[in-house]
Amino acid sequence: MRRSSTRKTGSAVPVNPSSGSSDTYRSASSKAVSKEVERIDNLFYAYADASSGLIDPEGIESFCSDLEVDYTDVRILMLAWKMKAEKQGYFTLEEWRRGLKALHADTISKLKKSLSELEKEVARPTNFSDFYSYSFRYCLTEDKQKCIDIESACELLDLVLGFQFRPQVDKLVEYLKHQRDYKVINMDQWTSFLRFCNEINFPSLDNYDAELAWPLILDNFVEWIREKQS
Amino acid sequence: MPIHAEETVDVEGGMAVLKKSVTKLTNILEGLPEMPFNTMEYMLLCTYVVSTDSFSLSLLSFLPLMMDLLLSTIYNMCTMKTHYDLSAQLYEEYKKSLMDYLDSLVLPSLRSKHDEYMLKELVRRWFNYKVMVRWLSRFFHYLDRYFVKKRSLLPLREAGIACFRDVVYGEMKGKIKDAVISLIYQEREGSQIDRALLNSVVEIFIQIGLGSNEYYEVNFEDPLLRDTAAYYSRKASKWILEDSCPEYMLKAEECLKQETDRADHYLHPTTKQKLIENVEHQLLSVNEIQLLEKENSGCLALLRDDMVDDLERTYRLFSRIPEGLTHFSQLFKQHVTAEGTAFVSQAENAARSKRVSDQWVQFLSENHELMNLLGFQVLIRRIIELHDKYIGYVQESFQNHTLLNKALKEAFDVLCNKDVASTSSAEMLASFCDNVLKIAGSEKLSDEEIDRTLEKAMKLLSYINDKDLFAEFSRKKLARRLLFDRYANVDHERSMLTCLKRQCGGQLSSKMEGMVTDLTLAKENQSSFEDYLDANPHAYPGTDLSVSVLTTGFWPSYKSSDLTLPDEMVKCIEAFKKFYECSTKNRRLSWIYSLGTCNINAKFDAKSIELTVATYQAAVLLLFNSADRLSYAEIKAQLNSTDEDMIRVLHSLACARYKILKKTPMTDTISPNDIFEFNFKFTDKMRRIKVPLPPVDENKKMIEHVNKDRRYAVDANIVRIMKSRKALGHQQLVLECIQQLSRMFKPDVNLIKQRIEDLIIREFLQRDEEDPNVYKYMA
Repeated sequence: MRRSSTRKTGSAVPVNPSSGSSDTYRSASSKAVSKEVERIDNLFYAYADASSGLIDPEGIESFCSDLEVDYTDVRILMLAWKMKAEKQGYFTLEEWRRGLKALHADTISKLKKSLSELEKEVARPTNFSDFYSYSFRYCLTEDKQKCIDIESACELLDLVLGFQFRPQVDKLVEYLKHQRDYKVINMDQWTSFLRFCNEINFPSLDNYDAELAWPLILDNFVEWIREKQS
Repeated sequence: MPIHAEETVDVEGGMAVLKKSVTKLTNILEGLPEMPFNTMEYMLLCTYVVSTDSFSLSLLSFLPLMMDLLLSTIYNMCTMKTHYDLSAQLYEEYKKSLMDYLDSLVLPSLRSKHDEYMLKELVRRWFNYKVMVRWLSRFFHYLDRYFVKKRSLLPLREAGIACFRDVVYGEMKGKIKDAVISLIYQEREGSQIDRALLNSVVEIFIQIGLGSNEYYEVNFEDPLLRDTAAYYSRKASKWILEDSCPEYMLKAEECLKQETDRADHYLHPTTKQKLIENVEHQLLSVNEIQLLEKENSGCLALLRDDMVDDLERTYRLFSRIPEGLTHFSQLFKQHVTAEGTAFVSQAENAARSKRVSDQWVQFLSENHELMNLLGFQVLIRRIIELHDKYIGYVQESFQNHTLLNKALKEAFDVLCNKDVASTSSAEMLASFCDNVLKIAGSEKLSDEEIDRTLEKAMKLLSYINDKDLFAEFSRKKLARRLLFDRYANVDHERSMLTCLKRQCGGQLSSKMEGMVTDLTLAKENQSSFEDYLDANPHAYPGTDLSVSVLTTGFWPSYKSSDLTLPDEMVKCIEAFKKFYECSTKNRRLSWIYSLGTCNINAKFDAKSIELTVATYQAAVLLLFNSADRLSYAEIKAQLNSTDEDMIRVLHSLACARYKILKKTPMTDTISPNDIFEFNFKFTDKMRRIKVPLPPVDENKKMIEHVNKDRRYAVDANIVRIMKSRKALGHQQLVLECIQQLSRMFKPDVNLIKQRIEDLIIREFLQRDEEDPNVYKYMA
């Protein structure tokens, strides 16, 4: 498959306007590119709903079954992130193109293969915090919604952080379900969960300082754990 | 004898002359017989005699004759050109003369004596020696003018003293020191000693140093200080075991006084401070903890028994040593806290044992009776007295020292924030003040006493964290005082509000000031209303009515209800409305029936009695003008009232002290199945009685209200801080917030965190991307 970066290499080549070969080269590369785009678009329309012009939840479901990945799998979320998809459960053509081009996948099989690469990419620390924030925003389905309910938050935590921080996530989910102070989680709290997992020693919690700017929900969480331990 | 400068002086001759004169001088000093003087000498003598001291006399007589000879001899010897280093020889001769004198005469006599006698001899010898040096220096004076300076040697007088130092002092210094110290020991043990003698000996030590105190310090002062330390260490060890704390301190004070006296009298000024510090260390620092914590006589005991003199002494003594007051102030704080806590526990136990039930609460018409019953009044009074007492101690006995002030403040910070039987200290204090101000009206206490008591109560307020809660309770109680008690004294109310303003700033007191003003205005308004009625007799509603018009913002918020009033009352309200509308436009009246009172004439079988009741009660009673028996449900429906109000009102009329209504069944509680009848059989010896209606317990609502205000206050404060700082770390923000709000209340750290989080969601603040502990203001 021609890499989409051919355009770049094309420009690096000294262009002799009189040289005919560069023209052919360019048109060849752009032909390859447009072939790729065409395949990506075709793939899109295979799943999209005809009237809305978007891939809707149904479409996503069949897409996932073709990929042989469960639609609740975190890799689908990663894919959405790569696409910078805005609305949960829907993919627009632009988003689809963006994602698949970035993954250099224009067929299902290529996509399948690219998923493990994608996982590695997401796992890189700089990408991961972006992915993590993205996953929260992705769940804000309503217009002016700023928070997500506890249940969903717990599921999301498990999905997104479970692999890396299993013990923290388990305990945190247990606490979130148990406590009564908060019925929703906001973005600030969500961000702090990742920071907590990264910075605080678990399960000792010895370097947690409640006098710092940790959100109150985490102060309460730590207190709850400490009480249980003693 | 004529002197010729040119004359070559025979060196040996000259020396012989000198030696002879020195011998003569020595002999005179020793009191040995000398050559009698001839007539010419006597004549010269007369013109030179200054003192009648025979010793000086003989010297002076000796002087004119020998002086010339000596001076000229020396002069010649020095200026002889050929023997120009004669000066050096003369200088040595000078010193040698002195040293011989010391060696042959002075030392032996000193060696032969001991202790005090030795010291006396020393002083005598020193005195003589100084005279000797003085005269010899005069003889050899010419050396001082040129030779000494040229060779940078010690001038004659100093050289003389150095000789004494090297010969006598060098050998005797140890013994001298021992003798002096032994005398000092005797004086310490109570004997009288010759202080002048010691003074002189000390002088010797100083003068030996020729300008520096080195010899004094090394050979005398240091050993003295060591000896002093040992002495007082022994004493202290003994006393600490045998004596009580006050006894020990008396002794310590006495010792310090003595040592000061001693230093003033015969030690060098520079020693005084070192000596005193030494003694202070041994007597006070070393045993400090043990002394202060002595079981039955230490600080805690002294405080318990109010031994003010001893406490003052303790303060005086321990303020001398560095960090001496730390432990003392800790014990002080401990004691004050313990006393206060004991009062609080007593009140707690008393309150719990009463097991106040709702019924009981309703029976007590006034809240202050309840407080009284629960012992809260007593508690507050005791704490005020405690504060008064110990602030007196701090200011008078402890000279207002910072550490002790701090200790007192810390103790009261703890005491004044304790809840008793789930009643906050803010509420208790508010009730206390309420009580005082109520009595103010009835002249049971004098004006000054009232003002004094209120001022003292306000001092406690400065320690209470929840000042805003106090203000809220006070406001509620003020409202009742102003509206129900016709005897509230406006002057006292205003003076208390001034106190409050001083303590907490205008924010809390401004509303209450508004309330007091309102009432004055309301009275004016009422008289205008009465004038209006006089002018328009047809407007008279049939019943006398007085209305207090209040400004909504100042007064606590009251529920206005849709009570269905009896016709008589409705007419009154209409009449007033008409009047009010003529005088003011754009104002809406909202009627609060729960605060009204009514005088009703009740015609009982025995006699008519005038009942003073609340408006609600009146509304119920008037229903019985048109019906003999009414059920609970009927009353409720006719009045359009709530169950809560119904139970309260009916209880006060049927189950309380005065049973105006008869209830079937005759139980003590109101139930929805009860039937009520007017109790014709009721009577009382009085012609007028007040049937009280206990107020609704609005504490919970009040606390909620205060909490809500606090949330706003914290929000506003955070935003204000962040707006001016733009970016600030979490801990600093919290600290500043607490500090700025401290005049009103002590914000809980978690509350602040909560509000910060809320402000983040509302996008007033955001976290810094680099450092999540820093917040940034979002414009």
